[in-house]
Amino acid sequence: MIPINIITSTAVPLPLPNIDTDQIIPKQFLKRIERTGYEDFLFYDWRYNLEVPDHVEPRKDFVLNNPAYKGSQILIAEKNFGCGSSREHAAWAINQYGFLAVIAPSFADIFFSNAGKNGIILARLTEAEVETLIQRSTANPKHLITINLEAQTVTDDQGFHATFEMDPFRKHCLLNGLDDIGLTLLHEKNLDDFESKHNTEFWLAPKSKVTA
Amino acid sequence: MPETVQTLAPRTLFEKVWDNHVVVEPTGEPTILYIDLQLVHEVTSPQAFEGLRLAGRKLRRPDRHIATVDHNVPTTSVQDRLHIVDQIASAQINALRKNCADFDIEFFDTEAAEQGIVHMIGPELGATKPGMTIVCGDSHTSTHGAFGALAFGIGTSEVEHVMATQTLPQDKPKTFRINIEGELPAGVTAKDIILNIIGRIGTAGATGYAVEYAGSAIRALSMEGRMTICNMSIEAGARAGMIAPDDTTFAYLKGRRFVPAGEQFDLAVAQWRALATDIGATFDRELHIDAATLSPTVTWGTSPGMVTTIDSKVPAITSDLDEADHKSYTRAYEYMDVHPGQPIEDIKVDAVFLGSCTNGRIEDLRAAAKIVNGYKVATTVRAMVVPGSQAVKAQAEEEGLDEVFKSAGFEWREPGCSMCLGMNPDILQPGERCASTSNRNFEGRQGRGGRTHLLSPAMAAAAAITGHLTDVRTWKFNSKT
Repeated sequence: MIPINIITSTAVPLPLPNIDTDQIIPKQFLKRIERTGYEDFLFYDWRYNLEVPDHVEPRKDFVLNNPAYKGSQILIAEKNFGCGSSREHAAWAINQYGFLAVIAPSFADIFFSNAGKNGIILARLTEAEVETLIQRSTANPKHLITINLEAQTVTDDQGFHATFEMDPFRKHCLLNGLDDIGLTLLHEKNLDDFESKHNTEFWLAPKSKVTA
Repeated sequence: MPETVQTLAPRTLFEKVWDNHVVVEPTGEPTILYIDLQLVHEVTSPQAFEGLRLAGRKLRRPDRHIATVDHNVPTTSVQDRLHIVDQIASAQINALRKNCADFDIEFFDTEAAEQGIVHMIGPELGATKPGMTIVCGDSHTSTHGAFGALAFGIGTSEVEHVMATQTLPQDKPKTFRINIEGELPAGVTAKDIILNIIGRIGTAGATGYAVEYAGSAIRALSMEGRMTICNMSIEAGARAGMIAPDDTTFAYLKGRRFVPAGEQFDLAVAQWRALATDIGATFDRELHIDAATLSPTVTWGTSPGMVTTIDSKVPAITSDLDEADHKSYTRAYEYMDVHPGQPIEDIKVDAVFLGSCTNGRIEDLRAAAKIVNGYKVATTVRAMVVPGSQAVKAQAEEEGLDEVFKSAGFEWREPGCSMCLGMNPDILQPGERCASTSNRNFEGRQGRGGRTHLLSPAMAAAAAITGHLTDVRTWKFNSKT
C-alpha cells in the first residue's frame, strides 16, 4: 500500500445516496482474475451509452466524462456510499481510476474496510458539509479541496473547514502504507498459542472427523 | 470442557461467539479474531491466492477452507457447464480449480453432488455449525448466522488475510436485537419478515451492528426460513445476523457429513445450547415487531428498503423522507417505470426468478410448487427455477417438484447464483421486469436496464401464473394432480 496524507485536488460530485457496488462496478467485470485494469469499468452503466450493441460510447451527461473533472482525486457522494456486495473490485476501480479519497456522510461497512485495505481515504462529513462541497464542485469544476489525513480536516480556499473522524489504527496504516497481514503476523506467537488450544474444541471444527 | 462458560456478566449470543475467538487484543488496534471456516468461490478469490503467491506465504489452515463454484457457472445444462462458452468465466473457474489443488483446499466442482451456492452448501454439509466464526468473500455470508455462528462477508484483501493467518483484525460491532413475537398470518413468510425489517430501518439501519433475530416468530421458523432472514441482514447494513441455536438447529445438523456423531454430537449440542443470549444480557439497540401485523411484502423501487405490502400502492414521497431519499424515490419511479399511487397488484412482470442463496432451498421450492400445481405460466412470462444446490435439486426431483414446475412451463435449471446477479448468461434485457426471490433490486442488478421486484417464493410463483404481482393470501390452490 502507498502511504497517503495530504491530497489537494478538484473533486467529482456524484450527488446521489445509496450508490451501490453494482453501480460502482457491474458484475460482468468480476470475472477477471487480475487485480488491476478496473479503471475503465468504474460506473460503467452510468458512464457509457450502451444502447448500440458492441459500440461503447461515453455519455456526455455523466460527470466523469466531463473533461473539466479530468484528473480529480476526490469523489463526493451522498449517504450510504458503497452499499451492496463485498466485491473489492469496487475499491480497486475507484482507486485505479485515480481517486485517492471519497467524501460522503456515511459508508457501508464492507466497502469501508475494502477502501482502507487499498489506501483510499474515506472522509465522513455531515450532510450539510457534503452538500456545500457538492455545490461548489458542481458550480466550478476547478474548485480545489484539500484533505489532510494527519489533521483529519477537509478544507477549501473559500473558507470551508470540516473535520472528520478516523480510527487511529486505520489512520496509522494509511499514513504509513502498512500491510495488514504483516501486522497480524507480528502476533504469530499469540496465534500459535490460541490455535493449539482452539483446536481441541472439536465442535468448532468445520470438518469434524469425529465418529461415534 | 474446553470453553469457559461462566463469567460474571450475562452475555449475548454474539458476545459469546466473539469472546471465544479473540486471539489477541493489541492496544490501540482492532481485535485479532480467529476464523473457524472460510468458504471460497471463484469470483473473490483469484487475487487473494495470487497475493499469497507473490508474498511467498502459505495458506495456514487448508482444513478450515472449502471451495465451490457458484457465481459464474451456467445453469442451462450440464453440457453448458462442462464446456463454458464465456472464456473469461471459464478461466476464472479454472483458476479456482488450480488454486484449490495447489493450496490443498477441498473443492466441490461443477458436477459434484455437493456443489451449490456457497451459502447453501456450508449448512448442507454441516460445515456451518453453532458458535463458529465463518467468513467468505461474499456479502451474503450472513446466512450462516441462522445456526448461531458469527458469519460475515469480506473483501478479497481480507480473504487473503484469512488464508495467510486464519484470523481477521476486526473492530467489535455493536449489538442489535430484533424481536418478532407472535404468529405469522397465512401467506406471510420469512422473506416478508426480513423485507419488512429492511423497510422499517432502512438499508443502512443496522450498519455497524451484529443483529440477533429473536422472538417466538423466529423460533417457529424452520432452518430454511431462518437462513432467509439472516441472509438479508446485509441489505439492512449489518454484516452479521444471528439466531440462537435450538432443537430445530440440532435436528437439522444431525447426521450431516461434517457434524460429529454419537456421543460427540450430544457433547456438541450441550456446548451449542449454552450459546443462547443470557437472561439479563443487554443490547445496544432493540426493535420489537408484532408478527400478526405483517403482510406479504414486495419491493417497488431500486433499493431493498423500498418495500410495501402486496395489497397497497406504490408509495408517494412523504414529508418524513429527507432530501436524499427524495432524489432516490424520483429516480426509482423512473427507472422502475412505476408511479406513486399505482396498485402493486397491477404491476405486470416479464420474468420470474426462483432461486438464490436467499430463497433457493427445498422449502422455498415446495412453497412455490404448491402455488404452481395445476396451473400454467402466463404466456407473457419467462419463468425459471434455479435450485440453490445439487442437493436441493436432487431432493426436489425426488419429490416430483421439477415435474410440477416443468409441466406449468417453468424452466428447471442446474444450481448456481444465476439471475440473482447475472454474472452468468442468465440476465434480464433492458426494460424487462422480474419478480425475483433474490436479495437485491439495485439498478441493473439482474441485467442492465432490468427491473427487479423482490418477494417470497410463493409470491413469485403466483406472479408467474397470473403475469402480475399477486396476493397469495387469496390464491386458489389446486388439490393434488
